This record gives sequence, structure tokens and C-alpha cells, in this order.
Amino acid sequence: MSNVQENEFHPDRHAHLGELHGITVVLGGHSGKTYLGRWHQKTARGITLRNVAIHDPVAPDAQPLDQWLARQRKYGVEWQIDTMVLPLEEFNGAVTPLV
Amino acid sequence: MVVYPESMIKPMREEVTRLGIAELKTVEDVDKALSGEGTAFVFINSVCGCAAGGARPALAMAMEKASRKPQHLYTVFAGADVEATARARSYFGEYRPSSPSAAILKDGEVVHFIHRHEIETKHPVQFAAELIQAFEEWGS
Repeated sequence: MSNVQENEFHPDRHAHLGELHGITVVLGGHSGKTYLGRWHQKTARGITLRNVAIHDPVAPDAQPLDQWLARQRKYGVEWQIDTMVLPLEEFNGAVTPLV
Repeated sequence: MVVYPESMIKPMREEVTRLGIAELKTVEDVDKALSGEGTAFVFINSVCGCAAGGARPALAMAMEKASRKPQHLYTVFAGADVEATARARSYFGEYRPSSPSAAILKDGEVVHFIHRHEIETKHPVQFAAELIQAFEEWGS
């Protein structure tokens, strides 16, 4: 059995960023938008996400959210934004891992 | 894109190559490896400690325990061998880039894909079990 942390780049270095750091999550917004990205950290400014895709239900070509999420799960995140800070006033508190 | 110093990533390369998985470092290596027939496993290695730190040990467990494996076993290193990684991803069709990740191809077509988002939430033992299942399904 291998050592499960044999060559980890930054073991424990990011522990202060919280248990969601590095996890691809789905976040709800009060606006009705859904934000999908890799959680970096939460601060007073908001939630920093990496490699972000946004589902906007009123966009002209919007797929139903469940279909959109199913596609992201199967084919990977179709991200358009490298890094964004989701303002806390927009975040509705709903957060789930993509899987 | 950040390209990491070789001295830092060398142990991470070796953690995979010592399993008998061939590292593809150039576009030519990738084309030669992936354009042929048969089944091929490709592990996209990466520096990220959040996910790759567990993925490599999981791969080691799977290599040890699986009774069947794809005919060809390859790896590329994202963040280091950038052109080779991009070329490997060009064989993955609609599947979006992420690292670490893993693909199994049969005759040049992706038949199984594991994204980073499917790795990062799992303990290495859980990810190893998924790899073993995939190896058993597509291996020989």
C-alpha cells in the first residue's frame, strides 16, 4: 500500500483556506444564476472561485439547470472565467460539490 | 499557466513512471502513442496538492491490485510538458481539460474519463477503487 501523501505539493499549507479549498462546487445566487467553479477561499469580500462557469436561466440559449449540470459533470467544467469573487450579498448559501 | 521547476516536479513524475507508466513528453511522443489501435490509459499528472497528492497514490494502488489493465499505460505532466499535455487532450474529444484527470481510449476514442472534480473529493482508496473498476472493464 502506498503512502497516500507521498509527494504532495503543499500538504497542509492550504488548510487555513477551509475544507472546501480546491473542491469544484456549485453555488446558488440570489439573482437566480448558478456559479460553478473551484472554491479557493471565502473572505469578507466574497468567495473566490477558479475556473468558473455561470448558468444564467434567463440567457437566450440557457439550458435547464439540471441538464447544464449533467453536462458539466460528464464532460468537465466549461469554464469561461479564470478567477472571480462571488460577492457574499449574491451568494444564497447553497453550496454542493459538483459530483 | 504556471510552469514549475523540474527539480520540484521530478519526484511527482517518478511516482508515476516507476509504476511502469510511460511518460509522454513531446507532441511526437503523444501522437505515436495515442494514434494507434488498442486500449490506452492516460493519466494527466499535475502538481496540485489538493487533488494530485491523492491521485498518484491511488494510481499506485490500482496498478498493484487490478488484474486487468489497458494495453498501453501513459502519463503526461500538466504544468510542465505543456505542449504534450495539450496534444494528449486533443485526443479527448468533448472532455474538458482538468488536472489531474484520467482517460481510457479504445482505438483512439475516449471510452472512460475521470475528471479532476471526481478525484478531489475522494480519499485515495476510493479513487483507486474507481480506477480498478475502469481497468477491469477496459483492460485485458
